[in-house]
Amino acid sequence: MTAFSIFAAEGPTSLIQAGGWFLEKAWIIPALPAISFVLILFFGKRMKYKGAEFGIVSIAVAFIFAICCVGQWIGQVNNADNHSEHKQEQHHAINEETAKSDSSDIELASGKDLTVLVAAEEDKGHGSVGIKPVVERFTWWENGGRTFTVGIMVDGLAVMMLFVVTAISLLVHIYSTEYVAGDRRYTHYFAFLSLFSSSMLFFVISENILQTIVGWELVGVCSFALIGHWWEEKPNSDAALKAFLTNRVGDMGLLVGMIILFWSSGSWSIIDINNAAINHEIGHSTLLIASLCLTAAVMSKSGQFILHTWLPDAMAGPTPVSALIHAATMVVAGIYMVARLYGVFFEGYDIAGSSFNILALVGSVTLVGAGLLAFVQDDIKKVLAYSTVSQLGYMVMALGVGAWTAAVFHLFTHAFFKAGLFLGAGSVSHSVHSFDMKKSMGGMRKFMPTTYKTFVVCTIALMGLPPLAGFWSKDEILVGTGGWGLFGGTGGNGTYTFALVMGIIGAALTCAYMTRVIYLTFFGEFRGDTHGHGDPHESGKRITIPLIILAVMATGAGFLNLPVGFLSGSKAGWQERFGHYVEPVATYFPPIAHGTPSWSLAIFSTVVALIGVSAAAYYFFVKVNAQSPAATELTNGPTEKNKVAKAGHTLLKQKYYLDHLYTDIIANGTKGPVADAVYWTNQKGIDEAVNQVGKQTTRAATFVYETIDQNMVDGVVNLSGRASEGLGETTRTIIQRGKVHQYAAIMFAATTILAGLLIVFV
Amino acid sequence: MDFDNNWLLSLMVFLPLLGGAIVMLIPKAQEELIKAVALATTLVTAGLGIFMLFDFDYGKSGDLQYVVDEEWINVINSRYILGIDGMSLPLIALTLFIVPLCLIYTFGHFPEPRNPKAILALILILETGMIGTFASQDLILFFVFFEVVLLPMFFMIAVWGGEDRRYASLKFFLYTMFGSALMLVSFLALYFLADGSIVGDQMHTFSIVSLSEGATLGISRSAQLWIFAGMFVGFGVKVPMFPFHTWLPDAHTQAPTVGSVILAAVLLKLGTYGFIRIAIPMLPEAAAAWAPFIGALAVIGIIYGALGCLAQRDMKRLIAFSSVAHMGFVMLGISTLTDFGINAAIFGMVAHGLITGMLFFIAGSMKDRYHTLDMGRLGGLLVSAPRLGWILGFCCMASLGLPGLAGFWGEFPAILASYNPASILPESTFRGYMVVAALGTVLAAGYLLWMLQKTAMGTPSDEFAENEEIADVKKYEWVAWAPILALILLFGLYPRPIFKTTDDAVVKSLTVDIRGEIVENCLEVEGGDLGIECFANVRKTAELMKD
Amino acid sequence: MLLVQFLLLSSLLFCIGIYGVLARKNGVMVLMSIELILNAVNINLVAFGTMTSNIAGEVFALFVIAIAAAEVGVGLAIVLLIFRNKNSVDLSSIDSMKG
Repeated sequence: MTAFSIFAAEGPTSLIQAGGWFLEKAWIIPALPAISFVLILFFGKRMKYKGAEFGIVSIAVAFIFAICCVGQWIGQVNNADNHSEHKQEQHHAINEETAKSDSSDIELASGKDLTVLVAAEEDKGHGSVGIKPVVERFTWWENGGRTFTVGIMVDGLAVMMLFVVTAISLLVHIYSTEYVAGDRRYTHYFAFLSLFSSSMLFFVISENILQTIVGWELVGVCSFALIGHWWEEKPNSDAALKAFLTNRVGDMGLLVGMIILFWSSGSWSIIDINNAAINHEIGHSTLLIASLCLTAAVMSKSGQFILHTWLPDAMAGPTPVSALIHAATMVVAGIYMVARLYGVFFEGYDIAGSSFNILALVGSVTLVGAGLLAFVQDDIKKVLAYSTVSQLGYMVMALGVGAWTAAVFHLFTHAFFKAGLFLGAGSVSHSVHSFDMKKSMGGMRKFMPTTYKTFVVCTIALMGLPPLAGFWSKDEILVGTGGWGLFGGTGGNGTYTFALVMGIIGAALTCAYMTRVIYLTFFGEFRGDTHGHGDPHESGKRITIPLIILAVMATGAGFLNLPVGFLSGSKAGWQERFGHYVEPVATYFPPIAHGTPSWSLAIFSTVVALIGVSAAAYYFFVKVNAQSPAATELTNGPTEKNKVAKAGHTLLKQKYYLDHLYTDIIANGTKGPVADAVYWTNQKGIDEAVNQVGKQTTRAATFVYETIDQNMVDGVVNLSGRASEGLGETTRTIIQRGKVHQYAAIMFAATTILAGLLIVFV
Repeated sequence: MDFDNNWLLSLMVFLPLLGGAIVMLIPKAQEELIKAVALATTLVTAGLGIFMLFDFDYGKSGDLQYVVDEEWINVINSRYILGIDGMSLPLIALTLFIVPLCLIYTFGHFPEPRNPKAILALILILETGMIGTFASQDLILFFVFFEVVLLPMFFMIAVWGGEDRRYASLKFFLYTMFGSALMLVSFLALYFLADGSIVGDQMHTFSIVSLSEGATLGISRSAQLWIFAGMFVGFGVKVPMFPFHTWLPDAHTQAPTVGSVILAAVLLKLGTYGFIRIAIPMLPEAAAAWAPFIGALAVIGIIYGALGCLAQRDMKRLIAFSSVAHMGFVMLGISTLTDFGINAAIFGMVAHGLITGMLFFIAGSMKDRYHTLDMGRLGGLLVSAPRLGWILGFCCMASLGLPGLAGFWGEFPAILASYNPASILPESTFRGYMVVAALGTVLAAGYLLWMLQKTAMGTPSDEFAENEEIADVKKYEWVAWAPILALILLFGLYPRPIFKTTDDAVVKSLTVDIRGEIVENCLEVEGGDLGIECFANVRKTAELMKD
Repeated sequence: MLLVQFLLLSSLLFCIGIYGVLARKNGVMVLMSIELILNAVNINLVAFGTMTSNIAGEVFALFVIAIAAAEVGVGLAIVLLIFRNKNSVDLSSIDSMKG
């Protein structure tokens, strides 16, 4: 194992090297689904379960590995805690400890200094001995004297993500065996599911940003293949293309941003780059540009305004895919990337002590903008898609305001309840064969009790109502904005009041549109048509069991990171366990400040959320239901009566006209007029010039040949020929007439003349 | 071993020619024998290549190996010098690899009018020309091989081509001849202006080694600029660089499938190879002066080629235009004048050769099945011929630069290199190029996926729905394609073999040392007046070194 | 001087011969006129030969006589053939060999 020294000048804490078989062998986790992909590709169709067994087994083993990693990592952190406690008690008995592990990499400050440091600068409220992540690497290729490596970097964040990805992926695999059963490309589906899992896990454990790019693009292509799973229908392939192309636009930012980071830090390593950024070895403006470029990548991959439009369209793929890729894992790649390179963003955007930055702005605009869009969707998956966009907005906003742990924690909880919602929606659609809430659903709670219950649990978690998962993570984000002015504020990195306001509005919106979904799907009267198959019925076990597991997680996941001071004043027990284990205590992590949880804020946001629920509930459960149990909205609602409301409704229905801008103006513009113009230039300009050169040369040649060569040069030759010919003709007709006498006379005359001349001149 | 040093390269170069001659002697009726001889020739040549790949001393990949140096034309001191180093090895290997596969593919489906004897003989002659160009270390020899390539290709297009073949073949021939003429003038100028005595050679020399290791350093700046301009046109036409590219779409569209494949896989690389083997090492000063301009043309080519693709209706023409864009990336890498960029360019050449060659194979096979490549009429290939469709998808992904497949390692490092070009070049200009090139990757995804959607996705139109002719990948196609697909994947996952081979040679081509003493590397000097001054100093040093 | 008389005689003969060749249209007559010219030459040869005491003159005269005999033989044969073909020996009617 090649340990990588991450010692920077101002390491705030002492560090011990993490280790452990599972952590060091974490590369096995992505390797397993990759092997499965190859096996499915070559043998899948011949297997009894058409290749699904490869996928499930590999991801199940990967899941077990991930759990072992989690266990080992927790052990490492606890070990580090013991270290620090130990040191506080015994200042001088550290030599043995040092000797035990890799001593050169360990720098143990005295316990006293450490406590001061931690209390004053770090303010983390937990572990004072940092843990160096497990880093393994081997040379991938070399070029121009630089070495490019591929490797793993496992720390709390990566371990958490490994767990989430493998867990959701496993559930989705199991769910899919029933959901896509009998599909025309069942084997192909599982192959790509495996490839996706592998790529995502590869991305998660990447040790350097080049590997990050590779993983990032690979998940993109898997997403393309899975969205376009039913490519026979044009809308599906259109959606796949749109997803890929929109992501490519963001990838441009990714490439440029990563290239800037590479050249300015001189390294691909995530740790080196973060260190360089935190220690101000990279100029601030360079960091800012890199951050902006990378933000563009986040905007596309994590569906942030204004590049979010592909995500709702991506729902054209099979529902389990939407749950796995477009809700729980791939779309959080952007969040994960920012969290990984947080040193860059933290310094680049000056997150500490500021009250505005692009990341926070993008996130907060997205969370409200997408929340509004969710109101006008009739397709249950699209509502959930916009909800995902909105929740991703929360995470991006949290990262923007410096609430790193909150963002990651929200990623964690959101993965479970959103996957649960998607799979629930899939379960409903599996029985009614449609996603349209207004036309095909309603009253489903009678037919599908399990789905109904799990869906409601996940919805409450999403709404952020206590004590389910979403409440804790959302509350932490709101705290992290540092904008809560009442009762003395909550601390944090800066005063992001705007983000706080948007966050609270978003919470209310989430509650309202989810209430709408619940009503339209599960209440009222069944509006669908089962084509004589009888009533819709509950899905099978392979669908409901994953739902139940996810509902349990959606209920319990929030307790992993109870705020400090929630149950007692001490730091022990269950408080902030998630943050404690996940947030790095290391030099490569910027010195972020943590907000202080505030009872008043928690109560206020809950009240706002409840108002959202109540308003929507009043509208649907009371007014609409009173109109008719089968109604889906008021016949004479506000959108009919009020012009402003109607205009707003139209704007939302048209999705802020962004799709028109992209599809009609940019894409078709490029493909149509611009490309045609370029091609026209090519054919009529450059190529025509070439052809004209050819033609004019030919013409000139013709001129030279006909005029000069044939008439003049050749003319002279011909003229001499003709002259002699004419002369000959003349002589022939005049003199040479065959008259022997004439000949003789001429001969005689000539002889006479010659003789005369001879006499005269000689 | 004497054997390798003296004979291996010559054998490799002339064996195909010999095979071609034998093929021509065999009567037409004995078709099987003709095929066997042709294939055996290329396989033996490829076998020599494999031997060379193992035998090559990778530790000294910067030096020429297997050198043959014999007298040839004494009057002008042009010698028969063959030799390869890390820069030419991948390209020779690519040639040796592609040609047998092309033959196998041709056996399965001879283009009309069949005449196997003629087409096989032409391919073999072509192979001699291509290997010879990559192996020759003398300008006149290089020029001869460079031109030898033209004629067989001309006939291939003119005889076995599509409807508009006469126009296309003539355009191809004349255009490249035009470029070659200027190139030859540049070579002659080098001959007369360079002074080989600086490096201990004769005063006037055509030796590439002598010329690139200091013989040219005494040439005045303005003369260098002109000579480089001549080479630029000569090689630029072949690459082809914008705006000299218009012969390419026509030639590609009209050429028979094997012709297109060889054209895309190897012929285009002759131009870029000329830049990195001849133009840049010999005339670094002029290269530095021209580089921003070349970079600009390269990125224009990237965007322009991509937009050209989007305007196409014909699949083969689209792929042809994509070559313009991809070779733009290669030229961008070269124009950075850094070892990093040039390594990326060589990788890009190999990757483009494999991927675009493969795309042309697919296009050819589709044409055989559908008898049209009009994308408005195609569709549903994944339904009619699923495996062919997936291979097309795979190649599109490779072509658009998906990491994990070979295309990425040609494209990404080139973009990476343009962030940090040689110090003498204007940094901000090249960073602008970088952004434009990155935009090119978006457009690349656009046109390739659009093509994929148009041809492979959806359901087949009525006209092709129940067509028996649209079969899935045939056996001979598998044999011809599987190696290429495997290499695309292999180099994508593990690009190290190529980068490791080329690195030393590229570094050597960019450093200037006269008789072992390293002269100041002016490419690493800040640009502007300092750069000019540095080169002036080098010129003075060179004057002192003259005998 | 005796030589002058010989020369005058030969001149006369020569002129008669020339006249015959140019003026007469009968092929036989033309041949006879040619004989006259040749004999005029013979007289000259013999006269000059005797005057310079050189035997060559007489020898040449003998040669000329021999050749003239052959010539007349060929010439008469031609005239005979012409007469057979055309039933005439009129030379002015024989112009089919004009260029």
